[in-house]
Amino acid sequence: MSLLELKNVYKIYGDLHALDDVSLKVEKGEWVSIMGPSGSGKSTMMNIIGCMDKPSKGEVLLDGVDISKESKKNLTTIRRDKIGLIFQQFHLVNYLTALENVMLAQYYHSMPDEKEALEALERVGLADRAKHLPSQLSGGEQQRVCVARALINYPEIILADEPTGNLDEANEEIVVDLFHKLHTEGTTLIVVTHDPEVAEVAQRTLVLRSGKLSKEVVNENFTGKIHFDS
Amino acid sequence: MFLRMIKGILFRQWKKMLMIAFTIALGASLASAMLSVMLDVGDKVNQELKTYGANITVIPKESSVLSELYEVEDSDKVGAYLKEDELGKIKTIFWAFNIVDFAPFVNADATLDDGTEVKVVGSWFDHHMELPTGEQLDAGVASMRSWWELKEGTWLDEQLLDDAENGAMIGKSLAQRLGVGSCDMIHLKGKNGECELKIVGVYDAGGEEDEQIYVLLDTAQALAGLDGSVDKIEVSALTTPDNELAEKAAKDPSSLTAAQYETWYCTAYASSICYQIQEVITDSVAAPVRQVADSEGAILEKTQLLMILITILSLIGAALGICNLVTASVMERSQEIGLMKAIGAQNSSVTLLLLTEIFITAVIGGTAGFFAGFGFAQIIGRTVFGSAISLKPMVVPIVAVLVVAVTLIGSIPAMRMLTRLRPTEVLHGR
Ligand SMILES: Nc1ncnc2c1ncn2[C@@H]1O[C@H](COP(=O)(O)OP(=O)(O)OP(=O)(O)O)[C@@H](O)[C@H]1O
Ligand SMILES: [Mg+2]
Repeated sequence: MSLLELKNVYKIYGDLHALDDVSLKVEKGEWVSIMGPSGSGKSTMMNIIGCMDKPSKGEVLLDGVDISKESKKNLTTIRRDKIGLIFQQFHLVNYLTALENVMLAQYYHSMPDEKEALEALERVGLADRAKHLPSQLSGGEQQRVCVARALINYPEIILADEPTGNLDEANEEIVVDLFHKLHTEGTTLIVVTHDPEVAEVAQRTLVLRSGKLSKEVVNENFTGKIHFDS
Repeated sequence: MFLRMIKGILFRQWKKMLMIAFTIALGASLASAMLSVMLDVGDKVNQELKTYGANITVIPKESSVLSELYEVEDSDKVGAYLKEDELGKIKTIFWAFNIVDFAPFVNADATLDDGTEVKVVGSWFDHHMELPTGEQLDAGVASMRSWWELKEGTWLDEQLLDDAENGAMIGKSLAQRLGVGSCDMIHLKGKNGECELKIVGVYDAGGEEDEQIYVLLDTAQALAGLDGSVDKIEVSALTTPDNELAEKAAKDPSSLTAAQYETWYCTAYASSICYQIQEVITDSVAAPVRQVADSEGAILEKTQLLMILITILSLIGAALGICNLVTASVMERSQEIGLMKAIGAQNSSVTLLLLTEIFITAVIGGTAGFFAGFGFAQIIGRTVFGSAISLKPMVVPIVAVLVVAVTLIGSIPAMRMLTRLRPTEVLHGR
């Protein structure tokens, strides 16, 4: 059984088919990129997979559970237990330190554990920035805090919507390296990106166009390492 | 973690909460100022009315008729008197227990050696009585003129009879005019006799009594030649506020039906007490001195109503202000709230977080407002009522409840918005 399976999923806003009959499978431990022009429905799909939105039609099976039928409250619980989220705009709570931001995810999940949170920050190389507020961190550092926050509860899938959209190449590389580390540890990754270099790193790239899956590219020589053209 | 978050907000975002705290403080200060003034001034006025003692005066019937006809004030010119030996009967009426104090008065005109005319008033000071009922009672001006301020010397002590007979208390302005003080002797010549009195004390009554000399009843009676007679009795009684029945009865008790009469007679209305006094004191008219009390009461009531209105309006204003500010704050923090929800926070925990924040802000603002309001009350007290306002313990819980209620009510719209907020709407930077 696949970890995630979308069966004929539609998301319709009025006349607009943001997702139009999308079917796909993601296996456990896979690293998948999603590309596509702006407005093609990438974020819409991520929201549905991330239990933050429901499809208009179709089934979404996560770990064998059809999340399109669950109540809002249950979706929150499923999201909390199985999914780690990374955003383009980082979304750190600005009055909490880096460490506290990581602990926040633990708090809503189960119990905050300062030691474990500090270890997570260590993994993204920010142990020495633990007591800094987001405003005292660079963009790259903030995104690494987000990664730490996303991985702290050992989610089954990490969903990243344009994680490198606001980062320069150096930070892009750091983040992709983190993904690679997570991937080797067996975490499933779904990464939305505009950046072909970031997309190419994944094992598989799906291309969305006007809400439809238009292309699927399998990366034959997968290394999990980013390589820049220039 | 919850505490760390609250701490984070309060220490790192205090500027944002400051406006909310300020709004709450404003509402709380107005509410506590108004409540303090309201509760305290009510008590003050009541107290003052009680201190101003006599709420019933008893005068001879004839002088009452004459003074009504000719508006003559000085009843002693008329030649009608009440009998001194009937005084004790006042404590035998049905409402005897409601009579807290009473004192007889005799006016005597006298001239000093240098020809100055002075008004001498004879009364009881702390007259000890043993009533037929076995009850003991101390009555007199010592308690009925409790607002007198002693400037010099002591009160005339009736128990030390030897001294008292020849003692006198003199009003402040008269003493000044005559250039006398305590321990000085004055020689008074009245219509019917003369006496040599020692001034034991100088008082400040803040009224026409400052131009008078107060002596024992006997002394004044001797001066005026009015043995066994008194001009006036002042009675201080606890009364039930008047209602329609009392007003009707006050005009004419005979117009009542038997049942009404019974009710009226057995209720401590000023009018029924007066009626009963008239029954025991021959040829007397007892009348409540309540015009002043009534109009003061009415003004007080209106003032209190006004203050209640101000309080309510200020609280509504505060609620609206809080509503605005909290809603704005939730809007401003929508990303943060969306994120919390996205990483697994249920509505209840986010609501709890925000409410706790607001609640703490309210407590801080409310406390500040309370003290500011109390200070404000002092200003009102001094400028409007001419006295300091004392803190009524009751104000604290009332203000606390009002602050909490207003804050919670003001937060309702924001909390509704918060629960409706969907993370997808705020997290993708659209
Ligand atoms: N709540 C909504 N109401 C109406 N239309 C919506 C809503 N959310 C998304 N859409 C529409 O659905 C389409 C897909 O949006 P989506 O955010 O998934 O695009 P995207 O692929 O993530 O684009 P981008 O690369 O710019 O982030 C867009 O045309 C968008 O306008
Ligand atoms: Mg998008």
